Amino acid sequence: MKTYVSMTCNGEPVEFLAEPRQTLLECLRDTLHLTGAKEGCGDGNCGSCCVMLDGELVTSCLVLGVEAQGRTVTTVEGLAAGSGLHPLQKAFIDEAALQCGYCTPGFLVAARALLDQEPAPSEERIRLWLANNLCRCTGYDKIIRAVQSAARQMKETAQ
Amino acid sequence: MAKVYIPAQLRAFTEGAEWVEASGDTVGAVIGNLGPSVRNRLLRDGRLAPGLAIAVDGEITPLGLRETVAPETEIHFLTAISGGFL
Amino acid sequence: MSTAPYNIIGTRPPRHDGADKVTGRAIYGADFQINGLLHGAVLRSPHAHARIESVDTSRAAAYPGVVAIVTADDFPQTPDRIVDLGEGETPLSYVRGNVLAKGKVLYQGHAVAAVAATSPHAAEQAAKLIDVRYTPLPCVLTAPEGMAPGASKLHEQENVTHHIQHAIGDADAAFQQAAIVVEREFHTATVHQGYIEPHAATALWNNDGRVQIWCSTQGSFVVRDVVSCLLDLPVSQVKVTPTEIGGGFGGKIPVYIEPVAALLSRRSGRPVRIVMNRRDVFEGSGPTPGSFIRVKLGADAEGRFIAARAHLAYEAGAYPGGMVGPGTMCVFAAYDIPNVAIDGYDVLVNKPSTAAYRAPGATNAAFATESVVDELARQLKIDPLELRLRNASREGTRRADGPKFRRIGCVEVLEAMKAHPHYSAPLGAASHAAAKRGRGTAIGYWFNIGLPSSCVISVNADGTVNLIEGSTDIGGTRTSIAMQAAEVLGIPVADVHPAVVDTDTIGYTGVTGGSRTTYATGWAAHDAAKDVIRLMTERAAKIWQADDVQFANGIFRSGNNQLTFAELAAKLTETGGPVVGQASVNPKAAGGSFAGVIADVEVDVETGKVTILRFTSIQDAGRAIHPSYVEGQMQGGSVQGIGWALNEEYWMSPDGRMVNSTLLDYRMPTILDVPPIDTQIVEVPNPAHPFGVRGVGEANIVPPPAALANAIHDALGIRMSRLPMNPPSIVAELAKQ
Repeated sequence: MKTYVSMTCNGEPVEFLAEPRQTLLECLRDTLHLTGAKEGCGDGNCGSCCVMLDGELVTSCLVLGVEAQGRTVTTVEGLAAGSGLHPLQKAFIDEAALQCGYCTPGFLVAARALLDQEPAPSEERIRLWLANNLCRCTGYDKIIRAVQSAARQMKETAQ
Repeated sequence: MAKVYIPAQLRAFTEGAEWVEASGDTVGAVIGNLGPSVRNRLLRDGRLAPGLAIAVDGEITPLGLRETVAPETEIHFLTAISGGFL
Repeated sequence: MSTAPYNIIGTRPPRHDGADKVTGRAIYGADFQINGLLHGAVLRSPHAHARIESVDTSRAAAYPGVVAIVTADDFPQTPDRIVDLGEGETPLSYVRGNVLAKGKVLYQGHAVAAVAATSPHAAEQAAKLIDVRYTPLPCVLTAPEGMAPGASKLHEQENVTHHIQHAIGDADAAFQQAAIVVEREFHTATVHQGYIEPHAATALWNNDGRVQIWCSTQGSFVVRDVVSCLLDLPVSQVKVTPTEIGGGFGGKIPVYIEPVAALLSRRSGRPVRIVMNRRDVFEGSGPTPGSFIRVKLGADAEGRFIAARAHLAYEAGAYPGGMVGPGTMCVFAAYDIPNVAIDGYDVLVNKPSTAAYRAPGATNAAFATESVVDELARQLKIDPLELRLRNASREGTRRADGPKFRRIGCVEVLEAMKAHPHYSAPLGAASHAAAKRGRGTAIGYWFNIGLPSSCVISVNADGTVNLIEGSTDIGGTRTSIAMQAAEVLGIPVADVHPAVVDTDTIGYTGVTGGSRTTYATGWAAHDAAKDVIRLMTERAAKIWQADDVQFANGIFRSGNNQLTFAELAAKLTETGGPVVGQASVNPKAAGGSFAGVIADVEVDVETGKVTILRFTSIQDAGRAIHPSYVEGQMQGGSVQGIGWALNEEYWMSPDGRMVNSTLLDYRMPTILDVPPIDTQIVEVPNPAHPFGVRGVGEANIVPPPAALANAIHDALGIRMSRLPMNPPSIVAELAKQ
């Protein structure tokens, strides 16, 4: 028996039907066709499915679709304003912080959540915050550089 | 005469020799001029035995038996890389 | 690193698929959508080894939403024969059997049946309702177990499926002459490539009898060949479109779910998508071999290696073809040793059939050899890098498997390691009383492969070009390939539009793997670009009525006449029509790559935890086309090597079940576990390639486990001989002292 869910997704009101057993990740991907968030493990251990739920970073494979009722969700598709790129997205490209790109949406959302809270995080802070986002391709090095570069860029723009 | 490097497991048939010289314009022709005990283990039904690749002067050649050979060319039989698709 | 003669090679342009990948728009295997899609779920064996007595699908068929169910009986029952699917010959029954088991299951996770239903949940629930009766059989789980007399057999053939031997000189006699001999035994556990994206494929058995597949794969032509073989179709009846791929590292070369999805599609008349879950990935795909290795090395008093012997027994998994061959080729490749004897054994065990994992077989071997070299260095009181340099392979060195090295960068990498500031930097004091610090080094080799690639370049009237190729882009290769074309054409790399296309649209192209993509497909792009220049030169000649047209730096010239590439491109229609250049290559030689690691560790002697303080990866790339992505390969391979060294392993229960098949318990390095990975690219150009490229993707994973073992030895004085060197095992080894 499906439940009606209405929520705000990337700034827009959306509504859909969800079975109680469907995760938010499934609903985003299969019902709303927002395939940016990825499934890597299904049990919250890789971070590929990261989205923001009411401004808080969550692994959407561990949230039920019906739990999103009345709440605000931000996915990687909601990062860029218009047809430009968010500084984090641009930094990931410029710093070559992606190779296969599969973990990238999760990292971008997680990094955005970090910079929302802490605009100038130390390297140690960045590593701690991103410890639940697995990457198997890059060895993480260029991801750190990209987040640092975006933080600098965003700070300059804000001033 | 090309120089054929005999795989360790076949040296029983060359009295322990690591190298055997044989003439031929192509790798296939050279193998054809090797002694039957060695030849019959390198070839099967006129084709290279399964699991083997041919290197000429150190480079694996996709032409296999058809690769041309000059005097003093070294011919090696390498294990073909398996495990790719299974 | 000099890029002097080049405009584009050696620069760091943004990748062409960047915007798609950072916005979530790029389509990976599970993102692909098509009308009428059904979802497939695979039922897998709970037993490591068992006879299948019966399969009853009736309860599953009655589950709401189920449309089709298939088992091995749904394959065309063509008689067994030897098939050559591009990577050596194997019985068809083996390839078929690994996709869907018939008669016996050979590992926990072995696929037995599959269900297609209207939702993934329904498919999963229904699959559990398929009743399979098994009679469990004894299992073997390690190479020594599989080799033991009387061991339980997986197939008709013996468990030792291959015995590879290499020998030069007389190792036994030479050992008698050695001033010092070190012999050690090593064990490595089964590890997984750990790609974050699980396998995903959609198949449509179309109403015209053609099978179309959209899948995440390292080799769309391999998928085409295997699927057409298993379904007994001509290759022309199968079309494979590669989606974007979320990592592979060799593990997405074998074919697992595509034939199953195709069978379900034929049965149901609808497209069917199968996506592995993480547990399926661990238990039902292809990890890399666990191994047992014995290495014996003898040197004279000056540290010249005069004798070497290696015994390598690698787990093949459930089907023959583990990577012991490459292991035998790489085990002593870094050293010029006149007397060598190598025995390699490929051993069947009741684990998933092993697949390639980044320089397959070489990392296991280097763990052994480089540990022994380190021991020799200590006993001889010679600096470990100096000892390696004294014995390093050079151009003309004969490898144990026979061929002589052509131009290679072993010495250059070792010298770069020695000169690197890391090597002479102070280790610093331990951070607390119960900790000790140490430094270790190691070197590794991978030979890289050739294989065919094709490329077609068509010129647009605005001076840009479309470049089509068939190599799945796993890490930025569409750009490194486009850069090579742009260099030849003398146009900006942003004016090259690369596309990775399906098997109908491009000539046969080998896998994205073996460090061959930038090398071979880049070579094809180079040659296709030359073809374009040749054709455009003819057009310029027509315009100027000249026969002396020259092309250089993007400009066509004859006497006082000149046209840029873009200007001439605008005139193609009026001079005869479109220009399309093409090339196919099948390079003989790839030019191997050496990689070295310097690693500093701090070990907590109470917990056994290893913290990596500093890590430097140095590798010969021949010519770095896009240095950022070369660095990225070195960093990625290094961190995989770190995981392999310190923590990753398949925990097997005695009855052959993997008990840690989640990403929580199969613990790969997180961003918190690793320091910055410093890189230094060495360039010893590969004389075979137009730009000197050597494949760079793989060799970097080979040295890290040995370097870390050597660093731990430096810190604690203990020789770790098993991978992984996790905290409990270090504590246990310390306790023995």
